[in-house]
Order: sequence, then C-alpha cells, then structure tokens
Amino acid sequence: MDWGAIFGNAAVELISPTTAAYALAALGLAIHFGFTGLLNFGQAGFMLLGAYGYAIPAIHLGWPFWACVLTALVASVIFALILGIPTLRLRADYLAIVTIAAAEVLRLIFTTNEFDAVTGSASGLSNYQGDLLALNPFPAGRYGFGPFVFDNRVWFFLLLAWIVLALAAVFTWLIMRSPWGRVVKGIREDEDAVRALGKNVYSYKIQSLILGGALGTLAGIVFVLPRAVVPSYFQPSLTFFIYAILLLGGAATILGPIVGSIVFWVLLSFFSGFISRAVEAGWLPFMTQVQAGQLRFILVGVAIMLIVVFMPQGILGNRKELAFVK
Amino acid sequence: MSSEITSSRPVKSIGLHVGDAAPGVKKVDPILIADGVKRTFGGLTAVDVDHVEIPRGAITALIGPNGAGKTTFFNLLTGFDKPDTGSWSFDGRSLAHVPAYRVARMGLIRTFQLTKSLALLSVMENMKLGAKNQVGENLFRSLIPAIWRKQDTEIEVKAMDLLTRFKLDAKKDDYAASMSGGQRKLLEMARALMSDPTLVMLDEPMAGVNPALKQSLLDHILGLKAEGMTVLFVEHDMHMVRHIADWVIVMAEGRVVAEGDPHTVMEDPAVIDAYLGAHHDIDLGADSEHVEALKELIDDEQ
Ligand SMILES: Nc1ncnc2c1ncn2[C@@H]1O[C@H](COP(=O)(O)OP(=O)(O)OP(=O)(O)O)[C@@H](O)[C@H]1O
Ligand SMILES: [Mg+2]
Repeated sequence: MDWGAIFGNAAVELISPTTAAYALAALGLAIHFGFTGLLNFGQAGFMLLGAYGYAIPAIHLGWPFWACVLTALVASVIFALILGIPTLRLRADYLAIVTIAAAEVLRLIFTTNEFDAVTGSASGLSNYQGDLLALNPFPAGRYGFGPFVFDNRVWFFLLLAWIVLALAAVFTWLIMRSPWGRVVKGIREDEDAVRALGKNVYSYKIQSLILGGALGTLAGIVFVLPRAVVPSYFQPSLTFFIYAILLLGGAATILGPIVGSIVFWVLLSFFSGFISRAVEAGWLPFMTQVQAGQLRFILVGVAIMLIVVFMPQGILGNRKELAFVK
Repeated sequence: MSSEITSSRPVKSIGLHVGDAAPGVKKVDPILIADGVKRTFGGLTAVDVDHVEIPRGAITALIGPNGAGKTTFFNLLTGFDKPDTGSWSFDGRSLAHVPAYRVARMGLIRTFQLTKSLALLSVMENMKLGAKNQVGENLFRSLIPAIWRKQDTEIEVKAMDLLTRFKLDAKKDDYAASMSGGQRKLLEMARALMSDPTLVMLDEPMAGVNPALKQSLLDHILGLKAEGMTVLFVEHDMHMVRHIADWVIVMAEGRVVAEGDPHTVMEDPAVIDAYLGAHHDIDLGADSEHVEALKELIDDEQ
C-alpha cells in the first residue's frame, strides 16, 4: 500500500482552497448559530448565490470580478432579508424550516432546464474566471514542494481563498469582542432579556443573518473558483457537512471553523485514499470501488461522532461552558 | 423575622392620591396610567383593568393571588404582550404599539418572574449589556475598538459598583449559569439598574432570596426611591409589602379590586375576598400561605 500517496493527498487538504471555502462557510454559521443562536439550515443556498452571483454576470455580461463579487453579495443580502424578515420575529425553529426549504428551491431553480440559457441548468457554468486569472501573480507552470505541487492557477485561487478567510476571521473576531458581539451573544442566551434591556433584537438578528450569509456567499465564490459552477454541489448535505465542521471545531469560536474544516478534509481524504487502496489491494473483497467511495463518509461520520462524544464543545470550544449546557 | 425588618422603619411617601383610596383612584403625580387594558386568552380574561395610576417617586406593590393577572399586566405595560383593547402611557407618552425595546429605552425597565440571566455570558457581561446608548453596539462602529473602548471602561466601572452593592463582585468573571437562583435574581435586578431607569418594574424580586439577603435587597429598593426612581413590584411576601411599599394595588381575577396604603388596604373586605374568595369552602391548598400572611399582617397592625 502506498502510504506516501495517502498521507500526501491528505496533507494537500491542509491548505486546499476547498478547505478554506468550507471554513469560511462554517465561520458564517458560527456567526448565525454559535454566536447569535440562529438556526440557518440553508447555508448551501447562500453559497449557491455566491457561485452563480459571481459566474452569471462574469459570463453573460462580461463584468469585472469586483462587480461580480458585489452582485453575489447583493443577492445574498436580499436572500437573507427574504428569509429573515418574516421569520426572525417568530420562534427559532421557523428560520430553520424556511432556510432549508429556500436553499432547496434555489438549487432546483438553478437545476431546471427552464433557465438553461442563463444558468446552464444541471451542467452548470464554466470558464468564467478569465478576468480574475488575468491578475494571477504566479508564473505559469506547476511547482511547489513535498505533496504541495499545483499549477499556478490553483496557487492563485488557494492564496485568494486563505486571504479572504483570514480577513473574514479578523472581521468576525473584531465584531464578536465588541459591544455588538455582546448583544448577539445575549440574544443567543435569552432574547426577551435582551429586549427588556432596550436592544432592538429583531434588527440584530437580521444583521447577524446577513453577515453570516455574506460569509457563506464569499465561501461559495472561493469554493467554485477552481472549478465549474454546478448546482449539484449545493445539496442540503453541504449545509450539514458545514455544521459538522462547525461543531467539530467549536461553535462559538473564531478559529474553530478553520481547524474543523482542516480536520474534516484531512480525515476525509485520508479515509478515501485508504479505503480505495485497500479495495485495490483486495483487503476488502466484499466491496466495489463505488461502495468504497461511500464508506469514507461513514468513517468520517464515525470519527466526528467520536470527537463530539469525547469533546462535545468542539476542538477549540470552551470546556467550562459544558457544565451548563441545558 | 418581622421584628428584624421593622427595626429600621423606612420613611413612607404619603399623600400620593387624590380623594378616597378606591380602585382606580387618581394620583397627584402619576408616572404610568392604564385605561381599559384588557387581555384574554381564549375564553379566559387574564387582565381587565379599567383605570389605574402608578404614583411617581414612590414604591408601589402589586399584589394578588396566583393567577390574578399581575405578570400578564406587567407584560402588557412593557410591550411584551399586546392587549385586546386599552391605552396606557408612561411619563405622558402613549405606549400602545411601542415595541418592548423602545419601552425600555424610554426608561421603563422590568425584570421577569422566571429569572432571565444570560447563562453563558459572564456576570460582568450581563451587567454591561444593561447599559444604554453604547456606541459599540452599532455594527460599523464595533469594528474600531478606539471608538467604544473608553465608554466600555466607564460602563465597567459602573457595573462593578453595582455588583459590589449587590455583593456579586466576587463572581464577576463567572458564567451567570454558575450562580444560584437567588443570585440570578440579584443579578437581574442589578442589570436592570445599569440603564438608570425612571421606573423599575420587578416581578417577584424576593422569590428564592434568603432572608439575610432580602433585608439588603429591601434596602436597595428603598435606595432606588431615595435616588428618585419609581418602583412597581409584584410580591407575595406580605412582610416586604408592608415594610417598603408606599402604595398597594390589589388584583384579583384580572381586575384591580382595591388600592390604598399598605396599612389600610389589608382591612378592605375586597382584599380578604380576593385571597379567600371563591375558595372559601374548598381546600385552600397553595393559597393557605397567603391567608397566613394576611392574618399575621392584620394581627400585626392591631
Ligand atoms: N400565554 C398564556 N396563555 C394562556 N393563558 C395564560 C397565559 N399567560 C397567562 N395566562 C393565564 O392568565 C392568568 C393570569 O396569569 P398571570 O401569570 O398574569 O398571573 P400572576 O398574577 O402573575 O400569578 P402568579 O402570582 O402565580 O405569578 C392565569 O390564569 C394564567 O393561566
Ligand atoms: Mg406572576
């Protein structure tokens, strides 16, 4: 068995743009769920808006990249308002139901053949990054060290993804240590108490929904940049993976989503490499390669369960809090 | 216990009302006025108050048996619930359709019967949340600590001062979740005072607080009055009512059935009726405590 390749591939996930994208989406959920207590089960929908909000104006209108990013963010704010205005006055579970449904509606709209001319339906959109690639500072070619050998395009998107993630983490850290952060954490604990102290709870919840959604949207952009935009990326399971990452790292932390995403992707890559080679080597005679592809998710699930059972606060969460979780 | 409490008799405000003390009597200087406030839950009328005025600068007790509608009335007055009909005003400004957070900003702060401490925030953070007009609570300004740092430090000093007064200073860095029920009551009250309210409405502030602490809580409430605040509180502890209240309003089955100073109101047959009421002939159960207290009170006054 080629352990070098298995570990090498797993190591690549440490820094891959996808890891950064998932971390960014999880950071958005940390704002929603970890800090404000909002149950957003439609983070995949925000990511989808990022992907298409960027790609559609880039392909069909030839807009520059910054205008595409802005379009995606505007779409995301509108989406957050549509979801938040009717539900954030109600109990927490209404937001959960509406977000999961709305994210699915979006995915189906972008999958249907009806709007094929704009969305590319199920086969999606590709080659929309030209404008951005023109700014690539890396010289053409494949280079790197150890297992981290990529072409210049991947290096560029990788760098972009981590820069966006770092900026988002600093931003989240700044707002959460401020009085603004204190209000949203108060809302997470008991919104009536915060209301009784003269804070406009509804407005804070909408702000939080918009911010976390915007991070999801940016995550959607950095996630699709190295690939084509395909609606099937944005299944409800995407949202659940991101929740898994969040809980793994620690829900009310800044670095938790980043560490969670790294652990998640490294484990996933390690298990998938291990299983597929084990099948090849005939160690698992009852299994086909296709079945092996599914088994890795089972193993990651088990690994996450173990972490959650033995470290329920997440890797970076505050152990002290646990004593008081109702 | 009553002898301890009466050892330092507080100065009572008198001459608060105009004319005979009766339900809905006019006050010389009312801070809160409610008119025709009615709230029904299905077929049940929880609150049906024709007219009531709360005197400014005094301590008013709202008493009544369980289920009389006191908490519901609090919720209606503070924007946490909406009445079917009625109008009510605070400091001359109508509060109908004013959301709860705006009511609080106007200076009417309430606490809850079921304590609402913010469990996974530290005691200090709980307190700081109570301060109003914080520049750092604006999303954009929150990004630049230089804008809010100074105010935040001032708020912290004030919070520390209040915590010391409520003997919670040693716990300032603990999670509110780690405190006992009585300590949470204290924290909630201290937090309410962070905004310098003009009217504080306390829903059973003494429930679950031990007698020694009760005495100091009473002193705090008297201190609020000395600072010019108005206090309206719900309480089942008749000793406390008699000791610190300048005025007592009695509710039963959603209505105001009696009003007066604490010494005379207890003799009102309507009050005896409210507590014994329809339960005359059946097992008194939970109400027996009130009856005891009431008897004790009447004995005490004689
Ligand atoms: N949300 C609600 N839905 C239905 N009925 C309610 C609701 N809230 C209160 N009630 C009813 O209204 C009546 C008044 O309740 P409320 O809580 O105001 O009483 P209270 O005077 O505060 O009693 P206590 O001294 O026990 O706190 C009760 O009969 C209660 O059952
Ligand atoms: Mg009550």
